[in-house]
Amino acid sequence: MPHHDVLVIGAGLAGMRAALAAAEGGATVGIISKVHPVRSHSNAAQGGINAALNPEDSWESHAFDTVKGSDYLGDQDAIEIMCKEAPEEILHLEHLGTTFHRNEQGKLGTRAFGGASAARTYYVADITGQAILHVLYEQLMKHEAVHRYEEFFVTVLVQDDSGHIAGAITRNLRDGAIELFNAKQVILATGGNGQIYNPTTNALVCTGDGIALAYRMGAPLMDMEMVQYHPTTLAGNGLLITEGARGEGAHLYNAEGERFMEKYAPSKMELASRDVVSRAEQTEIEEGRGFDGGTVHLDITKVPRKRIHEALREIVMIARDFAGVDITREPVPIKPGNHYVMGGIKTDTDGLTPLSGLYAAGETACVSVHGGNRLGANSLLDTLVFGRRAGVRAAREAKAMVMPSASRAQLEHEESAIEAIVGRERTGRRVSELHAELGRIMDTNVAVYRDEDGLREALEVVKRLQEESKTVATDDKGTIFNQDVLSVLELGFMLDNAEAIVMGAIERKESRGAQYRTDFPDRNDDDWLRHITVTQNGSDGELPELDYTEVTLTQWQPEARTY
Amino acid sequence: MTAFDLKVRRYDPESGESAYWQDVSIELEPERSVLDAILKFKADTDNSLGIRCSCQAAICGSCGVRINGQSRLACNTQLGEASEELRSSDGTIVVEPMGNMPVLKDLIVDMDAVHWKKVQRVVPWLLPEGDPPEREYIVPGEAMIDVTQSMACIHCGACVSACLSMEVDPEFIGPAALAKAYRFVGDPRDSQTEERLRDLAEDPHGIYDCTHCFACIEVCPKDVAPMSQIMRLRRRATGDYGIKDSNNGYGHGKAFVDIVGKYGTLHESQLVPRSYADGSLIKSQVRPDSLKQLAEGLPTVLNGLRSGKVSPVKAIWHKKLPDQDQVRRIYHEVESRGERIELNLYIVGDEAENAQMGPDAGADEPAMGDAADVDTGARSTEEEGAGVQ
Repeated sequence: MPHHDVLVIGAGLAGMRAALAAAEGGATVGIISKVHPVRSHSNAAQGGINAALNPEDSWESHAFDTVKGSDYLGDQDAIEIMCKEAPEEILHLEHLGTTFHRNEQGKLGTRAFGGASAARTYYVADITGQAILHVLYEQLMKHEAVHRYEEFFVTVLVQDDSGHIAGAITRNLRDGAIELFNAKQVILATGGNGQIYNPTTNALVCTGDGIALAYRMGAPLMDMEMVQYHPTTLAGNGLLITEGARGEGAHLYNAEGERFMEKYAPSKMELASRDVVSRAEQTEIEEGRGFDGGTVHLDITKVPRKRIHEALREIVMIARDFAGVDITREPVPIKPGNHYVMGGIKTDTDGLTPLSGLYAAGETACVSVHGGNRLGANSLLDTLVFGRRAGVRAAREAKAMVMPSASRAQLEHEESAIEAIVGRERTGRRVSELHAELGRIMDTNVAVYRDEDGLREALEVVKRLQEESKTVATDDKGTIFNQDVLSVLELGFMLDNAEAIVMGAIERKESRGAQYRTDFPDRNDDDWLRHITVTQNGSDGELPELDYTEVTLTQWQPEARTY
Repeated sequence: MTAFDLKVRRYDPESGESAYWQDVSIELEPERSVLDAILKFKADTDNSLGIRCSCQAAICGSCGVRINGQSRLACNTQLGEASEELRSSDGTIVVEPMGNMPVLKDLIVDMDAVHWKKVQRVVPWLLPEGDPPEREYIVPGEAMIDVTQSMACIHCGACVSACLSMEVDPEFIGPAALAKAYRFVGDPRDSQTEERLRDLAEDPHGIYDCTHCFACIEVCPKDVAPMSQIMRLRRRATGDYGIKDSNNGYGHGKAFVDIVGKYGTLHESQLVPRSYADGSLIKSQVRPDSLKQLAEGLPTVLNGLRSGKVSPVKAIWHKKLPDQDQVRRIYHEVESRGERIELNLYIVGDEAENAQMGPDAGADEPAMGDAADVDTGARSTEEEGAGVQ
């Protein structure tokens, strides 16, 4: 039985940063990923990473922008930690070899990003996430203290008799072997859950695995109703066009040729917070001022061509290959699309969840630094700062304890559960049909604009799909790379994520950040300046329990939010 | 919607049967990708078909396959284009796993056993001198942009799959791993530049094992141009550090350049002896350790004589080009440049916008007129190092 002081599940930026920090803290570390680490979705973070590193900038300014961006739902103690530690984290990445853009003096150079009062976004062309991901993987290859389990899938977490999380059951995708991994501390860093929406900017792997794993153990999920729609996604397939494009000077136009952001955010224009820009676009489209197919235009031709090639090359290729548009010469049709979940597993500022021995970091977690709306280029920062903090804390806790005992009964249970899936005869719809229905209802009823009726309908669909998912069959009956079984397990995880999102959205009877309720169009600080937590009810088929947590305010009182 | 016919290579290691072709018919818009077609087939018909995929945006590098014989990403190959290619068989799109790596199931290959092992071989992490500074390392912006081309590699394996040298010599470190090596060699923060170059030059499966065939450049979906990175490693090894490797890669390159400089075309019978003598016959600086290799080349010479490819007369007399002066002038033009200018993806040779880089940036090839054409940009890096068979 493989056993490690610290077991990290997920090998994107948060997971790898946690693993490296735990190893440096003297722990033996295992890191599990269902794909090879460099395939992780952190790759897709194009624009950059925020830090108040310039002497003329300050962490307080960064923190205030983040608080305001969150629509005051972010916990200010956590935001302060993130913004204070940001410069150190950037310098650490630079020292490890990240090829950050330089200014003329050869020092780190910045670009502008949305919702920020200073240009404090550090970047590598428009492959920032990829560049950092690859540098961290280089470090994993270097560190022999970290054992990598690549192409392993976690089906369930296990506890010891006292309820301490003691490891996980894994399935090796290469040969189908199911094994119990024993650990003193477990860190979940499996990314987001965008695949419950269609279309989405998220990769196929983003099925909310970690969020569901913790939810099933009884860990509370927080701010789940806060789902970010990114303002610039390609109309056809939801692919992301970085906010960096607007940071470099690109403008948005409606079909009447108006630079419509003048109406919605006269001072920040295209660089207002993402929720603000997405709502503006959606309003233009719904009021008939969009282009065919429900889009508006992003015009990058204003940016000098040399600069486009140097700083936005990935976008040139994506627009060329996937939309047939040469962005150096013509505008590209875009629309708001599902992008990021601000919510996740409730943690403290060390990534520790309310369950003993269980941590979460990155998009899987909700610290909460993003509150109602995440600022562009704060997600990479979140993964690194809180990934590191979780790794450090987990290594420290692991030192002070012996290996908890994990029962093998769970292993047998998982083995027979998978056998049961593979053994089922097809009696109903395919996994893909259930997944498609989920994606459709979420993108229609739980999107930029929401209301009670639509959300209730979505909840009914999710509950029905949960039942139906228990009977889906597979085409693949084998053990080697059985991606079909994987898709059944992922569908179950996605439905749990969807349930929590819809429950939170129904409960929050106000409009704040990414949650805009047409039946409650105003922000209501008196009743709703608080987090909603969703905890799975022990009994199968029941709705989860809802609870509330106060928002931590340190130095910024809620104000009206204008850009 | 258009109907597309695909032929997909299937292999189930658990069945005990050998690989076979499956015919797949899919209706989709022509601008949708081959991956979309495969995913539609999996969704509607048979989800047992194995393929790695995730981002669907040519960023994660999971879905490397061979389509109509060419290695590429399934997610950024359009159905319409693939079915109209000359190499498709009558409009049928042929999809099979990548080459040079063992197949695990259907379209899934073992990248760990080949690609990642080779990446690990080049010591793929930064090795700076001493403790890091308090703030960032101060380095020229161009150097960062230069190595960012290598950083753009998504490790999809397309170049490994297409590499002809690796087909002959499975031990060849290969295009992707060597491009990764350039990422450190070109990084001013790394302290082991010379050691890295010496290691890669001395390894018989290292930088001189590349035959300069351009296959990796052609198939790379991210325009990393791995072969150009290998040529940069060679130029750094020879030009900057004067590393005279025991493979005679250095001597071969020099001999090639010298012979063409003298005759305008290649005087083949001089190539082998000059290669083993630091490029010069007259100075006869034959390295002792290369005498054995020179002797090993004798059967090749005899074969050449027997087949008539070389004759004693041709071996001695080689005509200069009538306008050899022009060749000399090109050499002079290149050699008179003080600095070596390397174009890459992020620094495209647009004359109007890159005026500060000097006229005709790009040395022996004309700077391309159209900065928008990134494909051209990738291929316009200067190529001067010669290949070694």
